[in-house]
Amino acid sequence: MSDLVLEVKNLRKEYGTKVAVEDVSFVANRGEVVGLLGPNGAGKTTAIQILLGLVTPTSGTVDIFGMAIQKERVKILQRCNFSSAYIWLPDNLKVRENLNVFASLYQVKNAKKKIDELLQMFEISHLANSLTGKLSSGESTRLNLCKSLLNDPEMLMLDEPTASLDPDIADKVRKLIVKIQKEKNMTVLYTSHNMKDVQEMCNRVVFMQLGKVRAEGTPNQILEQFNQKSLEDVFISIARGGDIVEKEEE
Amino acid sequence: MSIARIKGLLLRYYYCYSRSTFRILDIVFWPVMDLLVWGFLTMYMLKVNGSVPGVFTFLIGSVIMWNVLYRAQQAVSVSFLEDVWSRNFINIFVAPVRTFEFVAATCISGLLQSVCVSLIMIPLAYWFYQYNFGMLGYCMIPFFINLLLMGWTIGLVTTAVIIRWGHQAEALAWAIPFLIQPICCVFYPVDVLPAWLRAISLCVPATYVFEGMRTVLKGGSFAAKDLAMSVVLNIIYALLAALLFEYLFNEARKNGKLTKMNT
Repeated sequence: MSDLVLEVKNLRKEYGTKVAVEDVSFVANRGEVVGLLGPNGAGKTTAIQILLGLVTPTSGTVDIFGMAIQKERVKILQRCNFSSAYIWLPDNLKVRENLNVFASLYQVKNAKKKIDELLQMFEISHLANSLTGKLSSGESTRLNLCKSLLNDPEMLMLDEPTASLDPDIADKVRKLIVKIQKEKNMTVLYTSHNMKDVQEMCNRVVFMQLGKVRAEGTPNQILEQFNQKSLEDVFISIARGGDIVEKEEE
Repeated sequence: MSIARIKGLLLRYYYCYSRSTFRILDIVFWPVMDLLVWGFLTMYMLKVNGSVPGVFTFLIGSVIMWNVLYRAQQAVSVSFLEDVWSRNFINIFVAPVRTFEFVAATCISGLLQSVCVSLIMIPLAYWFYQYNFGMLGYCMIPFFINLLLMGWTIGLVTTAVIIRWGHQAEALAWAIPFLIQPICCVFYPVDVLPAWLRAISLCVPATYVFEGMRTVLKGGSFAAKDLAMSVVLNIIYALLAALLFEYLFNEARKNGKLTKMNT
């Protein structure tokens, strides 16, 4: 089985005259956690939307499991999942009902057992019969993560999964994601503005700015490249348009 | 196509409706109000002008039949809007759900709602006005199927338009059926329309159903030619609606409007 799970080649997305993503290329291998980082407006969300088949690229290709997302969307999505702090599950359904619906959509076998396991793992078993709309934002995030793991995805895309969590729960969730990722040898594409999360979790990071990839490598390589002490400093430098690499090379 | 995924989407609608008294009321309340208003109006008309032949049966039958079409349309459009309102739309479309499965689930939901509403309205019409809907005999079946198909088609077009123009077009989910209502001659014969509008009316499948219903209630038989015309028009429009939906859905993927629906 090939180790290459995700291959993005020369991706470009234009909205009228605005270029949201420009010549973006990167890969993700099996078992790798890749951080997709960048300031607001960098093009991360558009890139993820293209990877999920929600947006059609202007040019370029996205292959996941060796299949093109434009042609084999359903086959690919059966083996992937997605969770975002900004996308909710219907608030008028109970927690278990929401998970039942998505278990059907992902055709999960032994759905009840799987749902119970996930609820227990994320410490929200006691909320199984609560209305989703009554959950706190932290509980909602954990429910979203339960949904995203229902089908044992080989590739998981997480859009700021700890954005609305308090430090204690965020730490628990982060550790849980790492644990599951290691157990299942899952590929994770992770976007976050929390550089501590990224430094702790990601094997490799792709920094984007104004639609382009500005830097790519392991967290240590990026720190070296930008001559900074933390990814947060790199982030700030990139966000403010600093071009430290070239300065250093000069 | 996966039956399991369609069942999953239907399960979502079931949970949504079974949880909300207001949603159930919305489905039942308006048809019952329609029935009461038109029913009592016709009773009054019978009292003041008993010479209007069969008007009593026309109007009540029309109200029941119209609600088949309306509920089918509403189920398709509002089921889609439910996912938009609950900001669940993205979750559905990043799941391995084919567009056809999504549309099929909304259509089945429309079928179930139309059947439920009819099963409430028919006994109520009998109870209030001794109106026997069974007078239509076996014609009820092709009438029902044609109206259902047209309801689905309008629902699909409405949904496509909402995807194309976004939240600002949501009101069309309720407005479009009422744009068609005067043209398809629900409550009056097609002859009363001016000639130019009559020509348009005859291009609407439901016109043949309502005309046919009036003919049957007057003691005549529903012409097979009219039934065939209604079926052919329905099939053509359904195919065109499916193409339009697919086109606008793909356009929304290109211009990013699909993801904007979730904001």
